[in-house]
Amino acid sequence: MLEVCGITQIFGGVTALEDVSFAISKGDITGVIGPNGAGKTTLFNIVTGIYSQTAGRVLLNNSDVSGLPSEKLTRLGLVRTFQNIELFGGMTVLENVMVGLHTRSSSGLLACSLRMPWSRSEESRIREGALKWMEFTGITDLADVTAGNLPFGKGRLLEIARALAVEPEIILMDEPAAGLNSQETMELARLIQRIRDLGITVVLVEHDMELVMDICDRIVVLTLGRKLAEGTPREIQDNHEVIAAYLGDDE
Amino acid sequence: MNRDLLKFLAFAVLILLVPLAFSGGYLMNVLVFVGIHTMLAIALNLLLGYAGQISLGHAGFFGLGAYLSGVLTATYGWNPWLAMPLAAVSVGALAFMIGFPILKLKGHYLAMATLGLGIIIYIVFNETIDLTGGPSGLSGIPNLSIGSLVFDSDVKNYYLIWTITLVTVLLGLNLANSRVGRALRAVHDSEVAARVMGVNARLLKVQIFALSALISSVAGSLYAHTMTFVSPASFGFNFSVELLTMVVIGGLGSIYGSFLGATLLTLLPEFLRAAHDYDIIIYGGLLMLMVMFMPGGLVRGIPDLCRKLLKKGGAGNA
Repeated sequence: MLEVCGITQIFGGVTALEDVSFAISKGDITGVIGPNGAGKTTLFNIVTGIYSQTAGRVLLNNSDVSGLPSEKLTRLGLVRTFQNIELFGGMTVLENVMVGLHTRSSSGLLACSLRMPWSRSEESRIREGALKWMEFTGITDLADVTAGNLPFGKGRLLEIARALAVEPEIILMDEPAAGLNSQETMELARLIQRIRDLGITVVLVEHDMELVMDICDRIVVLTLGRKLAEGTPREIQDNHEVIAAYLGDDE
Repeated sequence: MNRDLLKFLAFAVLILLVPLAFSGGYLMNVLVFVGIHTMLAIALNLLLGYAGQISLGHAGFFGLGAYLSGVLTATYGWNPWLAMPLAAVSVGALAFMIGFPILKLKGHYLAMATLGLGIIIYIVFNETIDLTGGPSGLSGIPNLSIGSLVFDSDVKNYYLIWTITLVTVLLGLNLANSRVGRALRAVHDSEVAARVMGVNARLLKVQIFALSALISSVAGSLYAHTMTFVSPASFGFNFSVELLTMVVIGGLGSIYGSFLGATLLTLLPEFLRAAHDYDIIIYGGLLMLMVMFMPGGLVRGIPDLCRKLLKKGGAGNA
Protein backbone atom coordinates (compact mmCIF):
# COMPACT_ATOMS: atom_id res chain seq x y z
CA MET A 1 0.00 0.00 0.00
CA LEU A 2 2.52 2.59 1.19
CA GLU A 3 6.21 2.01 0.72
CA VAL A 4 9.14 4.09 1.84
CA CYS A 5 12.35 3.28 -0.06
CA GLY A 6 15.77 4.46 1.01
CA ILE A 7 14.66 7.83 2.35
CA THR A 8 17.54 10.10 3.28
CA GLN A 9 17.03 13.64 4.48
CA ILE A 10 19.87 16.05 5.15
CA PHE A 11 19.18 19.49 6.67
CA GLY A 12 22.27 21.63 6.25
CA GLY A 13 24.94 19.33 7.62
CA VAL A 14 22.59 17.29 9.81
CA THR A 15 21.43 13.91 8.62
CA ALA A 16 17.88 13.62 9.94
CA LEU A 17 17.10 10.35 8.15
CA GLU A 18 19.46 7.87 6.65
CA ASP A 19 18.35 5.21 4.18
CA VAL A 20 15.05 4.38 5.85
CA SER A 21 12.92 1.75 4.12
CA PHE A 22 9.79 -0.09 5.14
CA ALA A 23 6.47 -1.11 3.69
CA ILE A 24 2.98 -0.76 5.12
CA SER A 25 0.43 -3.30 4.07
CA LYS A 26 -3.21 -2.63 3.40
CA GLY A 27 -5.59 -2.84 6.32
CA ASP A 28 -2.89 -2.73 9.00
CA ILE A 29 -2.46 -0.32 11.83
CA THR A 30 1.23 0.54 11.76
CA GLY A 31 2.98 2.50 14.46
CA VAL A 32 6.13 4.49 13.88
CA ILE A 33 7.90 5.03 17.19
CA GLY A 34 11.25 6.21 18.40
CA PRO A 35 12.85 8.45 21.00
CA ASN A 36 12.81 12.23 20.53
CA GLY A 37 14.91 13.30 17.58
CA ALA A 38 14.64 9.93 15.90
CA GLY A 39 13.27 11.51 12.72
CA LYS A 40 9.64 10.45 13.04
CA THR A 41 8.17 13.82 12.25
CA THR A 42 10.64 14.40 9.43
CA LEU A 43 9.63 11.10 7.88
CA PHE A 44 5.98 12.00 8.34
CA ASN A 45 6.47 15.34 6.62
CA ILE A 46 8.24 13.69 3.71
CA VAL A 47 5.50 11.13 3.20
CA THR A 48 2.80 13.82 3.33
CA GLY A 49 4.56 16.07 0.84
CA ILE A 50 5.60 18.90 3.15
CA TYR A 51 9.36 18.31 2.83
CA SER A 52 11.03 16.90 -0.24
CA GLN A 53 13.65 14.32 0.64
CA THR A 54 17.32 14.41 -0.28
CA ALA A 55 17.16 10.86 -1.62
CA GLY A 56 14.76 7.96 -1.79
CA ARG A 57 11.21 7.44 -2.93
CA VAL A 58 7.71 7.19 -1.49
CA LEU A 59 5.42 4.74 -3.25
CA LEU A 60 1.65 4.79 -2.86
CA ASN A 61 -0.06 1.80 -4.48
CA ASN A 62 3.18 1.18 -6.40
CA SER A 63 3.35 4.61 -7.98
CA ASP A 64 5.96 7.17 -7.06
CA VAL A 65 4.36 10.04 -5.14
CA SER A 66 7.58 11.64 -3.87
CA GLY A 67 7.31 15.39 -3.65
CA LEU A 68 3.63 15.63 -4.59
CA PRO A 69 1.80 18.46 -2.80
CA SER A 70 -0.69 17.43 -0.10
CA GLU A 71 -3.79 18.25 -2.16
CA LYS A 72 -2.64 15.75 -4.82
CA LEU A 73 -1.88 13.08 -2.24
CA THR A 74 -5.38 13.56 -0.85
CA ARG A 75 -6.87 12.89 -4.25
CA LEU A 76 -4.77 9.70 -4.39
CA GLY A 77 -6.30 8.56 -1.12
CA LEU A 78 -3.71 9.60 1.46
CA VAL A 79 -4.76 11.98 4.22
CA ARG A 80 -3.13 13.10 7.46
CA THR A 81 -3.95 14.67 10.80
CA PHE A 82 -1.75 17.09 12.71
CA GLN A 83 -0.07 16.86 16.07
CA ASN A 84 -1.32 20.32 17.11
CA ILE A 85 -4.74 19.88 15.52
CA GLU A 86 -5.27 22.17 12.55
CA LEU A 87 -8.96 23.04 12.50
CA PHE A 88 -10.78 25.71 10.56
CA GLY A 89 -11.34 27.69 13.75
CA GLY A 90 -13.86 30.20 12.43
CA MET A 91 -16.17 27.56 10.98
CA THR A 92 -18.65 25.27 12.71
CA VAL A 93 -17.92 21.62 13.36
CA LEU A 94 -20.31 20.61 10.58
CA GLU A 95 -18.69 23.00 8.10
CA ASN A 96 -15.25 21.67 9.01
CA VAL A 97 -16.28 18.14 8.16
CA MET A 98 -18.04 19.36 5.02
CA VAL A 99 -14.70 20.70 3.77
CA GLY A 100 -13.48 17.12 4.09
CA LEU A 101 -15.79 16.20 1.23
CA HIS A 102 -14.13 18.73 -1.05
CA THR A 103 -12.56 16.10 -3.27
CA ARG A 104 -15.81 14.12 -3.34
CA SER A 105 -17.65 17.05 -4.91
CA SER A 106 -16.94 19.25 -7.89
CA SER A 107 -19.12 22.37 -8.13
CA GLY A 108 -16.91 25.26 -9.19
CA LEU A 109 -16.98 28.99 -8.68
CA LEU A 110 -19.62 29.59 -11.34
CA ALA A 111 -21.97 26.73 -10.45
CA CYS A 112 -21.82 27.72 -6.78
CA SER A 113 -22.48 31.42 -7.47
CA LEU A 114 -25.49 30.58 -9.61
CA ARG A 115 -26.72 27.84 -7.25
CA MET A 116 -27.26 25.46 -10.10
CA PRO A 117 -29.61 22.54 -9.39
CA TRP A 118 -26.76 20.04 -9.44
CA SER A 119 -24.67 22.05 -7.02
CA ARG A 120 -27.67 22.22 -4.69
CA SER A 121 -28.14 18.46 -4.72
CA GLU A 122 -24.41 18.06 -4.29
CA GLU A 123 -24.62 20.37 -1.28
CA SER A 124 -27.15 18.15 0.45
CA ARG A 125 -25.03 15.10 -0.38
CA ILE A 126 -22.03 16.83 1.23
CA ARG A 127 -24.10 17.62 4.32
CA GLU A 128 -25.27 14.01 4.66
CA GLY A 129 -21.76 12.69 4.22
CA ALA A 130 -20.42 15.06 6.85
CA LEU A 131 -23.16 14.06 9.33
CA LYS A 132 -22.32 10.42 8.77
CA TRP A 133 -18.68 10.91 9.75
CA MET A 134 -19.60 13.11 12.69
CA GLU A 135 -21.77 10.29 13.96
CA PHE A 136 -18.94 7.82 13.41
CA THR A 137 -16.62 9.83 15.66
CA GLY A 138 -19.38 10.79 18.10
CA ILE A 139 -19.46 14.56 17.65
CA THR A 140 -22.92 14.90 16.12
CA ASP A 141 -24.23 16.99 19.03
CA LEU A 142 -21.47 19.57 18.43
CA ALA A 143 -22.52 20.28 14.83
CA ASP A 144 -23.15 24.01 15.28
CA VAL A 145 -20.29 24.75 17.67
CA THR A 146 -17.53 26.97 16.31
CA ALA A 147 -14.49 24.73 15.93
CA GLY A 148 -12.21 27.28 17.58
CA ASN A 149 -14.18 26.89 20.84
CA LEU A 150 -13.87 23.11 21.09
CA PRO A 151 -11.91 21.49 23.89
CA PHE A 152 -8.75 19.78 22.66
CA GLY A 153 -10.05 16.23 22.83
CA LYS A 154 -13.17 17.04 20.79
CA GLY A 155 -11.00 18.97 18.35
CA ARG A 156 -8.99 15.81 17.81
CA LEU A 157 -12.17 13.85 17.06
CA LEU A 158 -13.28 16.57 14.66
CA GLU A 159 -9.97 16.45 12.87
CA ILE A 160 -10.30 12.70 12.46
CA ALA A 161 -13.92 13.02 11.26
CA ARG A 162 -12.80 15.60 8.71
CA ALA A 163 -9.98 13.37 7.49
CA LEU A 164 -12.34 10.38 7.20
CA ALA A 165 -14.78 12.48 5.17
CA VAL A 166 -12.11 12.48 2.46
CA GLU A 167 -12.78 8.71 2.28
CA PRO A 168 -9.08 7.94 2.20
CA GLU A 169 -7.42 4.59 1.63
CA ILE A 170 -4.77 5.42 4.17
CA ILE A 171 -4.77 7.85 7.06
CA LEU A 172 -1.58 9.09 8.74
CA MET A 173 -1.94 10.42 12.26
CA ASP A 174 0.78 12.54 13.82
CA GLU A 175 0.73 11.81 17.57
CA PRO A 176 -3.06 11.50 17.85
CA ALA A 177 -2.88 10.82 21.59
CA ALA A 178 -0.80 13.91 22.37
CA GLY A 179 -2.67 16.16 24.78
CA LEU A 180 -5.39 13.60 25.53
CA ASN A 181 -6.15 12.23 28.98
CA SER A 182 -6.22 8.47 29.57
CA GLN A 183 -9.98 8.19 29.11
CA GLU A 184 -9.77 10.04 25.79
CA THR A 185 -6.80 7.93 24.73
CA MET A 186 -8.77 4.76 25.33
CA GLU A 187 -11.63 6.06 23.24
CA LEU A 188 -9.16 7.07 20.56
CA ALA A 189 -7.75 3.53 20.51
CA ARG A 190 -11.23 2.13 19.92
CA LEU A 191 -11.91 4.71 17.23
CA ILE A 192 -8.70 3.84 15.40
CA GLN A 193 -9.64 0.17 15.47
CA ARG A 194 -13.06 1.01 14.05
CA ILE A 195 -11.37 3.02 11.29
CA ARG A 196 -9.25 -0.02 10.45
CA ASP A 197 -12.41 -2.15 10.40
CA LEU A 198 -13.68 0.11 7.60
CA GLY A 199 -10.75 -1.14 5.55
CA ILE A 200 -8.72 2.03 5.94
CA THR A 201 -5.00 1.60 6.51
CA VAL A 202 -3.77 3.55 9.54
CA VAL A 203 -0.28 4.84 10.28
CA LEU A 204 0.44 6.36 13.68
CA VAL A 205 3.47 8.34 14.68
CA GLU A 206 3.12 8.14 18.42
CA HIS A 207 4.83 8.58 21.76
CA ASP A 208 2.22 6.76 23.82
CA MET A 209 3.75 3.28 24.05
CA GLU A 210 0.71 1.70 25.62
CA LEU A 211 -1.51 2.86 22.79
CA VAL A 212 0.93 1.68 20.14
CA MET A 213 1.49 -1.73 21.72
CA ASP A 214 -2.25 -2.16 22.23
CA ILE A 215 -3.60 -1.48 18.79
CA CYS A 216 -0.79 -1.72 16.23
CA ASP A 217 -0.39 -4.73 13.99
CA ARG A 218 3.15 -3.74 13.10
CA ILE A 219 5.65 -1.31 14.53
CA VAL A 220 8.60 0.45 12.96
CA VAL A 221 11.21 1.78 15.37
CA LEU A 222 13.41 4.69 14.36
CA THR A 223 16.38 5.97 16.25
CA LEU A 224 18.88 8.65 15.29
CA GLY A 225 17.50 8.75 11.76
CA ARG A 226 17.83 5.05 11.08
CA LYS A 227 15.40 2.17 11.18
CA LEU A 228 16.29 0.10 14.21
CA ALA A 229 13.68 -2.60 14.10
CA GLU A 230 10.39 -3.62 12.55
CA GLY A 231 7.88 -6.23 13.63
CA THR A 232 4.83 -7.08 15.67
CA PRO A 233 4.38 -5.42 19.07
CA ARG A 234 5.54 -8.65 20.74
CA GLU A 235 8.73 -8.81 18.69
CA ILE A 236 9.47 -5.15 19.36
CA GLN A 237 8.95 -5.55 23.10
CA ASP A 238 11.47 -8.40 23.16
CA ASN A 239 14.00 -6.66 20.96
CA HIS A 240 17.14 -5.83 22.96
CA GLU A 241 18.28 -3.10 20.64
CA VAL A 242 14.97 -1.31 21.02
CA ILE A 243 15.09 -1.57 24.78
CA ALA A 244 18.64 -0.25 24.74
CA ALA A 245 17.65 2.69 22.53
CA TYR A 246 14.83 3.67 24.87
CA LEU A 247 16.33 2.92 28.26
CA GLY A 248 20.02 3.32 27.48
CA ASP A 249 22.77 0.69 27.33
CA ASP A 250 24.14 -1.07 30.36
CA GLU A 251 27.70 -0.15 29.47
CA MET B 1 -31.93 27.77 3.11
CA ASN B 2 -35.37 29.30 2.56
CA ARG B 3 -34.84 31.77 5.37
CA ASP B 4 -31.75 33.11 3.60
CA LEU B 5 -33.76 33.62 0.43
CA LEU B 6 -36.55 35.40 2.33
CA LYS B 7 -34.00 37.65 3.96
CA PHE B 8 -32.58 38.52 0.57
CA LEU B 9 -36.03 39.20 -0.91
CA ALA B 10 -36.90 41.48 1.98
CA PHE B 11 -33.61 43.29 1.47
CA ALA B 12 -34.24 43.62 -2.27
CA VAL B 13 -37.77 44.98 -1.80
CA LEU B 14 -36.51 47.49 0.74
CA ILE B 15 -33.79 48.67 -1.61
CA LEU B 16 -36.19 49.02 -4.52
CA LEU B 17 -38.68 51.00 -2.41
CA VAL B 18 -36.12 53.60 -1.28
CA PRO B 19 -36.61 55.97 -4.26
CA LEU B 20 -40.28 56.33 -3.33
CA ALA B 21 -39.21 57.86 -0.04
CA PHE B 22 -36.60 60.26 -1.42
CA SER B 23 -37.74 61.07 -4.92
CA GLY B 24 -34.98 62.85 -6.79
CA GLY B 25 -32.57 65.26 -5.24
CA TYR B 26 -28.92 65.02 -4.39
CA LEU B 27 -29.37 62.13 -1.99
CA MET B 28 -30.54 59.94 -4.88
CA ASN B 29 -27.20 60.55 -6.57
CA VAL B 30 -25.36 59.53 -3.40
CA LEU B 31 -27.45 56.37 -3.14
CA VAL B 32 -26.37 55.42 -6.65
CA PHE B 33 -22.81 55.52 -5.33
CA VAL B 34 -23.79 53.41 -2.35
CA GLY B 35 -24.80 50.75 -4.89
CA ILE B 36 -21.50 50.91 -6.75
CA HIS B 37 -19.55 50.87 -3.49
CA THR B 38 -21.55 47.90 -2.24
CA MET B 39 -20.51 45.92 -5.30
CA LEU B 40 -16.89 46.86 -4.74
CA ALA B 41 -17.03 46.04 -1.03
CA ILE B 42 -18.54 42.61 -1.79
CA ALA B 43 -15.81 41.99 -4.35
CA LEU B 44 -13.08 42.86 -1.88
CA ASN B 45 -14.78 40.99 0.95
CA LEU B 46 -14.81 37.76 -1.04
CA LEU B 47 -11.05 38.10 -1.23
CA LEU B 48 -10.27 39.58 2.19
CA GLY B 49 -13.09 38.41 4.44
CA TYR B 50 -13.55 34.93 3.01
CA ALA B 51 -10.21 33.88 1.51
CA GLY B 52 -8.20 36.03 3.93
CA GLN B 53 -6.06 37.63 1.22
CA ILE B 54 -5.53 41.37 1.37
CA SER B 55 -5.59 43.71 -1.60
CA LEU B 56 -4.61 47.36 -1.51
CA GLY B 57 -4.98 47.70 -5.26
CA HIS B 58 -8.67 47.17 -5.86
CA ALA B 59 -9.23 50.77 -6.93
CA GLY B 60 -7.01 49.83 -9.87
CA PHE B 61 -9.37 47.10 -11.07
CA PHE B 62 -12.31 49.44 -10.53
CA GLY B 63 -10.49 52.06 -12.63
CA LEU B 64 -9.57 49.58 -15.36
CA GLY B 65 -13.23 48.68 -15.78
CA ALA B 66 -14.20 52.34 -15.90
CA TYR B 67 -11.51 53.30 -18.40
CA LEU B 68 -11.94 50.26 -20.65
CA SER B 69 -15.67 50.95 -20.87
CA GLY B 70 -15.04 54.68 -21.23
CA VAL B 71 -12.45 54.44 -23.99
CA LEU B 72 -14.27 51.73 -25.93
CA THR B 73 -17.56 53.64 -25.93
CA ALA B 74 -16.48 57.31 -25.99
CA THR B 75 -13.47 57.01 -28.30
CA TYR B 76 -14.33 53.98 -30.41
CA GLY B 77 -18.11 54.17 -30.33
CA TRP B 78 -18.76 50.66 -29.02
CA ASN B 79 -22.08 49.66 -27.57
CA PRO B 80 -21.73 50.00 -23.76
CA TRP B 81 -23.44 46.65 -23.18
CA LEU B 82 -20.71 45.05 -25.26
CA ALA B 83 -17.86 47.04 -23.73
CA MET B 84 -18.82 46.21 -20.14
CA PRO B 85 -18.53 42.42 -20.30
CA LEU B 86 -15.43 42.67 -22.47
CA ALA B 87 -13.81 44.96 -19.90
CA ALA B 88 -14.87 42.64 -17.07
CA VAL B 89 -13.46 39.54 -18.72
CA SER B 90 -10.21 41.32 -19.63
CA VAL B 91 -9.71 42.66 -16.12
CA GLY B 92 -10.57 39.24 -14.67
CA ALA B 93 -8.07 37.57 -17.00
CA LEU B 94 -5.40 40.13 -16.14
CA ALA B 95 -5.97 39.56 -12.43
CA PHE B 96 -5.83 35.81 -12.98
CA MET B 97 -2.40 36.10 -14.61
CA ILE B 98 -1.03 38.56 -12.07
CA GLY B 99 -2.58 36.51 -9.27
CA PHE B 100 -0.34 33.50 -9.76
CA PRO B 101 2.92 35.19 -8.77
CA ILE B 102 1.37 37.73 -6.38
CA LEU B 103 -0.79 35.41 -4.28
CA LYS B 104 2.19 33.29 -3.38
CA LEU B 105 2.95 36.15 -1.01
CA LYS B 106 1.36 36.40 2.40
CA GLY B 107 0.40 39.14 4.85
CA HIS B 108 2.36 42.36 4.60
CA TYR B 109 4.15 41.25 1.47
CA LEU B 110 0.88 40.64 -0.34
CA ALA B 111 -0.31 44.06 0.83
CA MET B 112 2.83 45.64 -0.64
CA ALA B 113 2.51 43.80 -3.94
CA THR B 114 -1.14 44.72 -4.45
CA LEU B 115 -0.36 48.27 -3.37
CA GLY B 116 2.30 48.39 -6.09
CA LEU B 117 -0.13 46.97 -8.62
CA GLY B 118 -2.70 49.65 -7.80
CA ILE B 119 -0.10 52.38 -8.14
CA ILE B 120 1.13 51.06 -11.48
CA ILE B 121 -2.43 51.06 -12.85
CA TYR B 122 -2.92 54.59 -11.52
CA ILE B 123 0.24 55.76 -13.26
CA VAL B 124 -0.89 54.18 -16.50
CA PHE B 125 -4.16 56.16 -16.32
CA ASN B 126 -2.20 59.37 -15.82
CA GLU B 127 0.50 58.83 -18.43
CA THR B 128 -1.24 57.26 -21.41
CA ILE B 129 -2.69 60.65 -22.30
CA ASP B 130 -3.59 59.78 -25.90
CA LEU B 131 -5.84 57.01 -24.71
CA THR B 132 -7.17 58.13 -21.33
CA GLY B 133 -6.83 61.89 -21.50
CA GLY B 134 -4.35 61.75 -18.63
CA PRO B 135 -4.95 63.70 -15.42
CA SER B 136 -7.64 65.86 -17.00
CA GLY B 137 -9.80 62.81 -17.54
CA LEU B 138 -11.98 61.29 -20.20
CA SER B 139 -15.37 62.77 -20.98
CA GLY B 140 -18.24 62.08 -23.33
CA ILE B 141 -18.92 58.57 -22.07
CA PRO B 142 -22.49 57.68 -23.05
CA ASN B 143 -25.18 56.68 -20.56
CA LEU B 144 -26.38 53.12 -20.69
CA SER B 145 -29.65 52.57 -22.48
CA ILE B 146 -32.12 49.81 -23.21
CA GLY B 147 -33.98 50.56 -26.45
CA SER B 148 -35.31 54.09 -26.07
CA LEU B 149 -34.88 54.07 -22.28
CA VAL B 150 -31.75 56.07 -21.49
CA PHE B 151 -30.40 55.88 -17.94
CA ASP B 152 -29.73 59.59 -17.63
CA SER B 153 -31.40 60.53 -14.35
CA ASP B 154 -30.49 59.62 -10.80
CA VAL B 155 -33.65 57.62 -10.22
CA LYS B 156 -33.19 55.62 -13.42
CA ASN B 157 -29.57 55.01 -12.56
CA TYR B 158 -30.58 54.01 -9.07
CA TYR B 159 -32.72 51.18 -10.42
CA LEU B 160 -30.10 50.16 -12.97
CA ILE B 161 -27.18 50.09 -10.55
CA TRP B 162 -29.10 48.52 -7.68
CA THR B 163 -30.51 45.79 -9.90
CA ILE B 164 -26.97 44.77 -10.76
CA THR B 165 -25.83 45.28 -7.17
CA LEU B 166 -28.64 43.04 -5.90
CA VAL B 167 -27.58 40.38 -8.38
CA THR B 168 -24.05 40.71 -7.01
CA VAL B 169 -25.36 40.37 -3.44
CA LEU B 170 -27.26 37.22 -4.40
CA LEU B 171 -24.26 35.70 -6.19
CA GLY B 172 -22.06 36.60 -3.23
CA LEU B 173 -24.47 34.97 -0.77
CA ASN B 174 -24.71 31.85 -2.91
CA LEU B 175 -20.97 31.59 -3.19
CA ALA B 176 -20.40 32.21 0.51
CA ASN B 177 -22.74 29.36 1.49
CA SER B 178 -21.34 26.82 -0.92
CA ARG B 179 -18.58 24.29 -1.32
CA VAL B 180 -16.32 27.00 -2.74
CA GLY B 181 -17.20 29.44 0.05
CA ARG B 182 -16.27 26.86 2.65
CA ALA B 183 -13.03 26.11 0.85
CA LEU B 184 -12.21 29.83 0.86
CA ARG B 185 -12.81 30.12 4.59
CA ALA B 186 -10.83 26.94 5.14
CA VAL B 187 -7.86 28.48 3.31
CA HIS B 188 -8.30 31.56 5.48
CA ASP B 189 -8.27 29.59 8.74
CA SER B 190 -5.56 27.05 7.94
CA GLU B 191 -4.11 26.83 4.48
CA VAL B 192 -2.10 23.72 5.30
CA ALA B 193 -5.17 21.85 6.58
CA ALA B 194 -7.25 23.03 3.61
CA ARG B 195 -4.67 21.57 1.28
CA VAL B 196 -4.70 18.28 3.17
CA MET B 197 -8.47 18.22 2.57
CA GLY B 198 -7.69 18.39 -1.14
CA VAL B 199 -8.33 22.09 -1.68
CA ASN B 200 -6.01 23.48 -4.33
CA ALA B 201 -5.37 26.59 -2.25
CA ARG B 202 -3.11 28.30 -4.75
CA LEU B 203 -5.55 28.02 -7.64
CA LEU B 204 -8.53 28.90 -5.48
CA LYS B 205 -6.88 32.09 -4.25
CA VAL B 206 -6.08 33.14 -7.81
CA GLN B 207 -9.63 32.33 -8.93
CA ILE B 208 -11.23 34.42 -6.22
CA PHE B 209 -8.77 37.25 -6.89
CA ALA B 210 -9.84 37.19 -10.55
CA LEU B 211 -13.54 37.05 -9.67
CA SER B 212 -13.08 39.93 -7.27
CA ALA B 213 -11.32 41.98 -9.95
CA LEU B 214 -14.05 41.09 -12.44
CA ILE B 215 -16.83 42.35 -10.16
CA SER B 216 -14.80 45.51 -9.45
CA SER B 217 -14.47 46.05 -13.18
CA VAL B 218 -18.24 45.81 -13.69
CA ALA B 219 -18.66 48.37 -10.90
CA GLY B 220 -16.12 50.55 -12.73
CA SER B 221 -18.00 50.31 -16.02
CA LEU B 222 -21.25 51.25 -14.30
CA TYR B 223 -19.50 54.17 -12.63
CA ALA B 224 -18.18 55.42 -15.98
CA HIS B 225 -21.57 55.25 -17.67
CA THR B 226 -23.34 56.89 -14.73
CA MET B 227 -20.85 59.74 -14.38
CA THR B 228 -20.15 60.01 -18.13
CA PHE B 229 -16.72 61.26 -17.07
CA VAL B 230 -13.75 59.55 -15.42
CA SER B 231 -10.41 60.83 -14.17
CA PRO B 232 -7.50 59.05 -12.47
CA ALA B 233 -8.14 60.80 -9.14
CA SER B 234 -11.09 58.46 -8.43
CA PHE B 235 -8.93 55.34 -8.68
CA GLY B 236 -5.93 56.12 -6.52
CA PHE B 237 -4.51 54.51 -3.40
CA ASN B 238 -6.89 56.48 -1.18
CA PHE B 239 -9.87 54.80 -2.71
CA SER B 240 -8.33 51.35 -2.26
CA VAL B 241 -7.97 52.14 1.43
CA GLU B 242 -11.52 53.44 1.58
CA LEU B 243 -12.76 50.15 0.12
CA LEU B 244 -10.75 48.25 2.69
CA THR B 245 -12.30 50.38 5.43
CA MET B 246 -15.81 49.65 4.11
CA VAL B 247 -15.15 45.92 4.29
CA VAL B 248 -13.64 46.01 7.78
CA ILE B 249 -16.18 48.44 9.26
CA GLY B 250 -19.06 46.53 7.66
CA GLY B 251 -17.85 43.14 8.79
CA LEU B 252 -15.27 40.76 7.36
CA GLY B 253 -16.78 37.66 5.84
CA SER B 254 -20.30 39.01 5.58
CA ILE B 255 -22.02 40.01 2.36
CA TYR B 256 -24.63 42.15 4.12
CA GLY B 257 -21.79 43.63 6.14
CA SER B 258 -20.27 44.90 2.90
CA PHE B 259 -23.54 46.66 2.17
CA LEU B 260 -23.57 48.27 5.63
CA GLY B 261 -19.94 49.34 5.38
CA ALA B 262 -20.38 50.79 1.91
CA THR B 263 -23.55 52.61 2.97
CA LEU B 264 -22.01 54.12 6.08
CA LEU B 265 -18.77 55.21 4.46
CA THR B 266 -20.57 56.74 1.49
CA LEU B 267 -23.31 58.54 3.44
CA LEU B 268 -21.29 59.66 6.45
CA PRO B 269 -19.12 62.24 4.63
CA GLU B 270 -22.26 63.69 3.06
CA PHE B 271 -23.95 64.16 6.44
CA LEU B 272 -20.77 65.45 8.06
CA ARG B 273 -20.49 68.18 5.49
CA ALA B 274 -22.56 70.35 7.83
CA ALA B 275 -19.62 70.31 10.26
CA HIS B 276 -17.50 72.19 7.70
CA ASP B 277 -13.80 71.97 8.42
CA TYR B 278 -14.20 69.52 11.26
CA ASP B 279 -15.83 66.81 9.16
CA ILE B 280 -12.66 64.84 8.56
CA ILE B 281 -11.83 64.79 12.28
CA ILE B 282 -15.31 63.59 13.23
CA TYR B 283 -15.20 61.04 10.41
CA GLY B 284 -11.86 59.66 11.58
CA GLY B 285 -12.99 59.64 15.20
CA LEU B 286 -16.19 57.76 14.39
CA LEU B 287 -14.29 55.13 12.45
CA MET B 288 -11.88 54.67 15.34
CA LEU B 289 -14.73 54.27 17.82
CA MET B 290 -16.44 51.74 15.59
CA VAL B 291 -13.33 49.63 15.20
CA MET B 292 -12.78 49.76 18.96
CA PHE B 293 -16.31 48.91 20.03
CA MET B 294 -17.48 46.81 17.10
CA PRO B 295 -14.45 44.73 16.19
CA GLY B 296 -16.68 42.29 14.29
CA GLY B 297 -17.99 45.10 12.11
CA LEU B 298 -21.40 46.73 11.90
CA VAL B 299 -23.10 43.52 10.83
CA ARG B 300 -22.24 41.88 14.17
CA GLY B 301 -21.94 45.03 16.27
CA ILE B 302 -25.41 46.43 15.63
CA PRO B 303 -27.32 43.29 16.76
CA ASP B 304 -25.05 43.11 19.84
CA LEU B 305 -25.80 46.74 20.63
CA CYS B 306 -29.55 46.19 20.22
CA ARG B 307 -29.42 43.20 22.53
CA LYS B 308 -27.53 45.18 25.16
CA LEU B 309 -29.95 48.10 24.92
CA LEU B 310 -32.94 45.78 25.21
CA LYS B 311 -31.45 44.17 28.28
CA LYS B 312 -30.81 47.54 29.84
CA GLY B 313 -34.35 48.65 29.01
CA GLY B 314 -35.75 45.44 30.47
CA ALA B 315 -33.76 45.89 33.67
CA GLY B 316 -34.92 49.51 33.96
CA ASN B 317 -38.58 48.51 33.72
CA ALA B 318 -38.32 45.77 36.28
